[in-house]
Amino acid sequence: MTTEATHPEPPAGFIDCDQTIERLYVYLDGELTDARREEITRHLDLCGPCVGAYGFESELRRVIADRCQDRVPDSLLARVADALRAEDE
Amino acid sequence: MADRAQFSDLTMEFMPALYSAALRMTRNPSDAEDLVQETYLKAYRAFATFEAGTNVKAWLYRILTNTYINTYRAKKRRPEIADVEDVEDLYLYHHLSGATSAGLGRSAEDEALERFTDVDVKSAIEELPETFRMAVLLADVEGFSYKEIAEITDVPIGTVMSRIHRGRKALQKALVHVGRARGLVGVE
Repeated sequence: MTTEATHPEPPAGFIDCDQTIERLYVYLDGELTDARREEITRHLDLCGPCVGAYGFESELRRVIADRCQDRVPDSLLARVADALRAEDE
Repeated sequence: MADRAQFSDLTMEFMPALYSAALRMTRNPSDAEDLVQETYLKAYRAFATFEAGTNVKAWLYRILTNTYINTYRAKKRRPEIADVEDVEDLYLYHHLSGATSAGLGRSAEDEALERFTDVDVKSAIEELPETFRMAVLLADVEGFSYKEIAEITDVPIGTVMSRIHRGRKALQKALVHVGRARGLVGVE
């Protein structure tokens, strides 16, 4: 893969690209410990190709959520209101 | 008797999200409407036990999920036992990397992603086996935390993480499949 060939070698003490990509989603989910989070952030600060992947994956999530909207039919609103009212009678 | 006005104030704003989730789960508008109505009715009946200050949205999703499993899955008699094929990390990204850019400052991959329509994304999600579909919906569409999803679906956090992880990969594969049919993804 051409993108992978251009990943710079991480300096000592930095996690590598594979470790970064592997934890990218948990990072995006905001579910990493502060220390783990910091490791990814430091890697992304110096690795262009990983930043590209990070940007894409975060954009993908936005697109998925954005495309999954549906308009509630008026009939459903009315049905729910009626059902709740009937429950009180 | 619960206070209907108070209940409505607290819960009605979540109906669009619940209805969308119901549509993705049942894959049928009429079943989705029934599922949402049933969810509101059950929530209303249980409203006295709802603790003020706790997460209303997660509580409603828990009722929706349980109702779906007990009512709609029962129709199929056996739960869907299915696994998903594993694909590499960044599967969709790599498949879109051959796309051409209009050069507007965004990457070619991001531009290609933008061309996926509502129908493309919805049908890709609906292709996923139920367990994975639910995990992806709760995480990526609704933005629940792992802990909330564990509570909503009644499974341990480790299982939630594994389902989300595999579900997302399966979704990327489904998007490549849909994208290929629409000419958004190049043929290998």
